[in-house]
Order: sequence, then C-alpha cells, then structure tokens
Amino acid sequence: MAANRARRASRKTPGTSRVGFTVNGQYFQFSVGTEPHEIAPTDTLSWTLRETLGLTGTKVSCDQGACGCCTVIMDGRAVLSCKVLTVECDGKTITTIEGLKDPKTGALDPLQQSFIDHTAFQCGYCTPGMIMTAKAFLNENPHPTQEEVKEALSGNFCRCISHYQVVKAVMSAAEKEE
Amino acid sequence: MGNNYRYVGKQMRRRDAAEIVTGAAQYLDDLKFQNLLHGKVLRSPYAHALVKKIDKSKAEALPGVKAVLTWEDNPNWRGGTPRNLPILDKKVRYVGDAVALVAATTADIAEEALDLIEVQYEVLPAVLDMDSALKPGAPLVHDEFAGNIIPAGTPFFGPNCLTGLAVGDVAKGFAEADVVAEGTFGYENIPNALPPESVGAVAIWEEPGKVTVWSTTQAPYMDKTVLSHVCNRQVEVRSIGNHVGGSFGTKLMCWQVQTYAILLSGATGRPVKVVFSKEEHMAAFTLRIGSRIHAKVGMKKDGTLTSIQGTWYVDSGYYSFMTQAQVAVGLGEIMIMAQCPNWDLKNVVVATNRNASGSTRGFGGQELKCAFIPLLCLAMEKAGLDPFEVLKKNFVKPGGGYLWRDGDWYQYRGIDYSKAMDKGAERFGWKEKWKGWLTPTSVNGTKRTGIGVGVHGNADIGEDAAEAYVQLSPDGTATIFLCVAEHGTGQKSNYARMAAEVLQIAPERISMSPADSLVTPFEFGPVGSRGTYAIASAVINAAENAKNKLFEFAAAKLNTDPQNLETSDGVVFVKGFPEKKVSWKVLGNDRTVLGFGRFDPDHTLCNCMMSFVEGEVDTETGKVTLLRVLLATDVGQIIDPQGLEGQLNGCLGSAGIDSAIFEETILNRSSGHILNANLIDYKWRTFAELPVIEHVVLETPIPTHRFHAVGVGEIATSPGPSAVLMAVSNAVGCWLHDYPVTPQKVLNALRNTNALSNK
Repeated sequence: MAANRARRASRKTPGTSRVGFTVNGQYFQFSVGTEPHEIAPTDTLSWTLRETLGLTGTKVSCDQGACGCCTVIMDGRAVLSCKVLTVECDGKTITTIEGLKDPKTGALDPLQQSFIDHTAFQCGYCTPGMIMTAKAFLNENPHPTQEEVKEALSGNFCRCISHYQVVKAVMSAAEKEE
Repeated sequence: MGNNYRYVGKQMRRRDAAEIVTGAAQYLDDLKFQNLLHGKVLRSPYAHALVKKIDKSKAEALPGVKAVLTWEDNPNWRGGTPRNLPILDKKVRYVGDAVALVAATTADIAEEALDLIEVQYEVLPAVLDMDSALKPGAPLVHDEFAGNIIPAGTPFFGPNCLTGLAVGDVAKGFAEADVVAEGTFGYENIPNALPPESVGAVAIWEEPGKVTVWSTTQAPYMDKTVLSHVCNRQVEVRSIGNHVGGSFGTKLMCWQVQTYAILLSGATGRPVKVVFSKEEHMAAFTLRIGSRIHAKVGMKKDGTLTSIQGTWYVDSGYYSFMTQAQVAVGLGEIMIMAQCPNWDLKNVVVATNRNASGSTRGFGGQELKCAFIPLLCLAMEKAGLDPFEVLKKNFVKPGGGYLWRDGDWYQYRGIDYSKAMDKGAERFGWKEKWKGWLTPTSVNGTKRTGIGVGVHGNADIGEDAAEAYVQLSPDGTATIFLCVAEHGTGQKSNYARMAAEVLQIAPERISMSPADSLVTPFEFGPVGSRGTYAIASAVINAAENAKNKLFEFAAAKLNTDPQNLETSDGVVFVKGFPEKKVSWKVLGNDRTVLGFGRFDPDHTLCNCMMSFVEGEVDTETGKVTLLRVLLATDVGQIIDPQGLEGQLNGCLGSAGIDSAIFEETILNRSSGHILNANLIDYKWRTFAELPVIEHVVLETPIPTHRFHAVGVGEIATSPGPSAVLMAVSNAVGCWLHDYPVTPQKVLNALRNTNALSNK
C-alpha cells in the first residue's frame, strides 16, 4: 500500500530519462514518466512485468517481499520483483517463468519438467516463484544437498505444502544434470 | 491392492501441469478485460461507529474516478444468516468494515480517491471478545440480535438444522461414569488458512438485471445462488471460476468482494475489478471462527464415554453467513469421533466487533475438537488411559451412528477405521514412545520430546448435490460439463480420469468445460472432502448415462442388446466377441450423445484421519519443534497417488497443525485492530523447518463408490492441533491448553512445573 501511495505522489514526475532492459531475450526500452506507455519511477518490476509487458506468469501475493511468489532471475540471481524498482533495471537481463522454455524448440526446462513429474505443486500460485528461485540456486550450486535446497527455498511461501514434492523435484533435476 | 484399472490409482500428470510450471495458468488477476475499471474500498478505522456524514464530492471530482458509492447507494442488498447485513451500511462494525466503494480508471486513482472521501463517525463502544459481548447490557453489534446472540440454524440445512446435541440422559450417564472431567477450553487464536492468492472479482453487467462475475471463488455455481440472494433476487448472475490460488475453504464464498464489483459495474456500465490487498485479505476478508467450550465429560475406566454436557460458544465476529452451518457440521463431527450415548451440548453463536468469520478448512469440526480433546485428555488422565486406545475405541464403527447437519440420525454404513489407526500406531511406534500422561518420551539435556495423537472424521464426503454432463463425440472423444474451478487438489484431472475409466478412453481424449454456470448444471463446490464421492459420482453417472445411450444406438447396428456391449478406445463391441464391433463413428457426423449425472446427498459415510505427532521442547528457549508427523487413513481406493500425497502433506499449512505451534491472528482486544495482517508478522512454516512426514494409507473398498473410494482432502489438518498440545504437555510435564504453544507459554509452563517439583 505504501508503494502505491508513493506511486501516486510521483504521478506528475516529468519523463526525462530512459530505462532499457532485456526480458526473456527481448530488449525493451521505456521513457521514465507517468503516461501509460512509460515507466513511473515508483513502478515495481513485478508491476511492469505483469501490467506493462503482460507477463502474468510472475505472481504477486504479499507485494512486500515476504513470500517469494514474484521471484524472477536478474543477471543470474533470484530477486523479488515486487521489491525492485523498474527504473533500477537499466541494462539488466531478466528471466521470468515464461522465459525458461528453450526459445528455439519450446522444450520445457528440465526443472519445469521435474516439477511436472513430481507433481510439485497443488494450487500452483507459488510455483513460478519456486521454480525461479530453484533455477537461480541450481545455477550457483548444481549439486546441492537436500538441506541446501530447503535453505535456498526458505523464503518461498506455500500453504498447500508442496514443499516435500518440490524438494524431490529440485533434487531430481540436479541429479539429472550431472 | 490389485485392480485392473487403466487410470484410477495410477501415477499421471495433472492436466494443468504444463500451464502451472510455465506461468500460463490464469488466475483472476491475470485475466484481461477491455475498458476495465479498478475498484477500491474505503475502510473503517473504528471497531464500532455510526457513519454520521459522508462527503464524496472531492473524490468524485478527481479525474479518472467513475463512481463513489456509500450506504446511500446500496439497493438494500444484504448478506448473512439471517440475511440482515447490508453490504454497505450506515453503521460500521469492525476495523476494516466497508464505508465506501470507488471505481476509477486505474487502481492508483481509485486509492487516491479514498483519501478524498470525508467521513464523520460517531464512535460507539465495542465488544471485542465473547465475554464482553455476552455481558448484560453490552453494546449491540446488530440491533436485531439481543444479547449479541446470532439466531441458530441455517435454512440451507433445513428446518431442523442441528443447533445442539440432546441425546439420552446425561444425568444417568454421569452416574455411570468412573471419572468426570470438567473445564473451559478454547481454540480462539484465529489461525488464517491464508492462501497465497488474495480474493477478488470482476463484474460486467451484460444487460439490465444480468451480470457476469469472474472471481477467486472455490464454488462458482453456488455464487449464482448466493449472489442472487444477496442482491435481493434483482440480478441474475452468471458465475465463472478460474484457477484458484489456494482456498482451503476460505473462498467458498467471496460475496463480500463480488457484490462490490457488481455494484460498481452497475454504477459505471463498465467492467470493474476489485482485488483485495494482502492486508485486506488478512484483516477484512473472513476469518476462522473462535471456539470455546465449557463442558464436562464422563468416562468409564475402560474408556467408554458415558456422558457429555456443556455449552459451545462460537465467536462469529461482526456477522455470520456460514457460522451456523459450521456449528451444525461440527456437532455432527464430534459425535462421529466421540460415540457417547448421552449428550447435552448447547451452542451459542456470538457477534463481536471483530472481522467476520467464514468458512475455513476444518469447518466447525476442527474448531470444536481442538477445544474438546484437551477436556477429554483430562478424563483420560484421571482414568489412566492411553489416548490412542480411547480415541480408537470411541470413533464411529459399523452399527454406530450420529446426528448430522439436517438434524436427522444416520446409521453409519462405512468401514471400521480401527485397522488404519492400528497400522498408524504401529508404524509410529506409539506403544514404545508412550510413557504416560505428562511424561516425556525422552529427555536429553535441554531437549525433551513428547508425543500426541488426534482423530477426525467427517460425513461431508457425501454432502450436497452435484450434477454433470458428459458428451460423447463420434471421433472417440468426450467432454465433461462441470462447474468446478481447480483450486489445487488436482480433482479436475481426477474427474476426467474417472470418466476415462468408465468410457475406457485415454484421459487426453476428454475435454472439460470451463467452470461457467451458464453452460454447466448445478455443482455445490469442491468443499470438505466431497470431491471424490459426491462430485466424481455425478461425473461417473453422467459418463455411464452417455455410454448407455451410445450402446443403445450401437446395439441396433450390431444386432444385439445394449447390455451385451462394452467399449474401449472409441470402439463398441459385443462382450466376448471383440470382432463384432463398431466405432463411435457409428453415431454419424451430425450426432453427439449427452449423458446427465447427478449425485444426491448421502450422510451415512464418513472419512477418518488419525494424526500422530512427536514434538521437541527446548527448555532453555521454550521453542517447540515438530519432529515427526504420521497420518493414518483409509481411502477405500487411491484415485490419484501424488494428489493424495499432497493433500496429506497439507496437514501443516493452511492453519492446520501449525495453528497449535505458531500460527495466530493477533487482534488488539481494546482497539479492534489486527496487528499482524501481513506475511512477515503472521508466522508460517518455511522449507527450513520441515518435519519428517509419513502416511499410512489403507485401501479397504467402500462399496457405494464406483471405484470404492472416499475423499480425505480436507481432514488432514484437523486432528493435528490438539495432538500437538498433547505432545507438548507430555514433553513439558504439565498441561498447556492455550493455542498456540509459543515459547513464552512453554517457558511459563516450565517455570510452574519446576516450582511444583521443587516444593
């Protein structure tokens, strides 16, 4: 709610600069401003992805950095897109859940396939955030222990308790990569 | 269990699996609408006040604002049981109550407009707990409800809706008892099931008197009925369900947000979306009921219950819609778990100036049992009995029975769950670990462990009617028309799986209609554990009906009677003569076959879940760590192994077991503010603290289901919280009866125990 108020306060900010970043391999550039086609200085990355770019695979739950639902990968690291301002993303490379598929073949990422094989979701709302967190983690630590996987995912909120099947899915994907 | 099923019980991927892992699954807030307006709600800062004056002129003048609505604009639409609560009123009854609604071209402008609405309140004294609400002369939350007592019963369950238990002769029962225990116990910490997706709705008025609503609902068809009532039957509602981002019973009704969207769309002539923020979701959407009993229980030395007498107080918050229904179901459920010949259990539903209660996983039974089992523990302790044996002994068995929600007595015709309980106890090592009441299983320095057990059963598996159509096409495909929104259990895939088993075609050859009340017949909603028996039976019956019609058509071509036919993979053939066959193409290119299936309620069966827990208490910090959970059940026939695993693991989250350890909504009982309405201050279990979890699942065929199955999804949570209290009390060495057992409460208990042992 605080972010929204700040956003309102900024509605009259003149568009003076530009911000450019790559999402799922495609480069986007916007001027900073308050028109619908612009990026407001207080727009969060999750807002820009969902509302401006239409990439609704990134889910928003708490909108204050507590639940991990909105996790995307930025320059190789998992970030909470509700806690990143889009104007800070100049020059960044961002991958969302929509960008994990092989762009040429359309094949699912092995981690996505592993989530399917282990039914590592129930309602599925937290799943994109789980997958993006796990993906960034496996890139850093391709051969983790179970405890390391749990630690890496400890910021991801899930109420259905998909946790046990998620751990299996991530471990299985890691083992297959070997 | 050996069976010849092709699909039932097999490992299969969920139909929506690829959508979910690629982000393509569309939840309400992902849908796009042309010309959409955004709605926001101005909320009361006071727990109880009269709205003396509202000036909305400045808000209306803000560019982009299309409508500002207050109680004066409410066409007397009312919700609640009884239906007395205006959706916008000139009186506010809790911190967060709706005062005005705004629709604007962007969410930001709508929110900015809220700040421009000037409201003058006359603050009234508030009642923020049941004790103050029930005091003589207490301020009234509703003028119509004297003493803040909400009228008992819900018309939906019929004229004799269960509102209390009066069976046998309690005085005689107590005279026969060897031990009697008495006390007051509660489950009043308001744990929130808290699905990650908030609640919301989009409404579009198609034409005068007709509105289409997309929403986060768990029960789209019921919305059509509920909203029609709330809107004074002035509006015909078409309700469409989407992927639901978790519900746990809480989204059984979303009328509070749906009516706002409907009203705003009516006022603006445009589609309007209202989605609650997480803070609103946690503080202004319905909560779990508060539950407290004052009761006494009589028991013989062998654990036989002789008499139960007392009053169950239920805090419903500022109004009730589903509370009386939860009371009715909760009362039935306690009879299922406590077979006792003599009952006098009264109920009082209390209105307080906190946010309203609504449906939540557990639905009355979890709340009542979480208060009742601690009382039962005192009786078992007096009699020196092992709780596992007592809970097993008193759970309903063939020949037993219970009153159910409609007030009727039902003779139980299900299976004996003792075998599943025994298997569970054996795997858990109950006999080895049980050291007696208030005695730890192990003590190792500052770490003490204890065990506990709980049980729950629900006759809701066959509750409420369900209807479905199944259409067969000549190309060997089928379509299921069913009003179910997938909310996480994977049951939509299972309905297709069971239809595939009946029709003997691959599940991939079956399509499913959207959950759209315009195109499907009635379906109550996948609530409780009714998906497998009630809803699936409607689909199975529709598939059988369609198949019979297909056979009637094919029989003429094969010169035989329909009952001699079978079908497999789109081919109809004569039993025993597979060469005498015709393809479904025999229907021709201009014909489909439509089957109808209905399930009528059956309250004679219940499911059962026994939870065994092992907890560890750190005597230095007071922290309780859940080490191990074992769930024992019998499902008749496993339909979906991975789905079942997920449902059982769900015992921890959605305000189940963890409501005994750290989950609570903290209400300031003097101001009425909820202090932890965010995901940082509301505590939830993380990956880093997962206990060992085990499942013991038996498959004793249940004759009444086509595939001999019963559902258990809902009840994984319910037996857990009281089992945790038992385990922690045993570890600490004295009774802890207050949910949740936070470190502070454990340290206080330890201090008292040490003081006692030092005397």
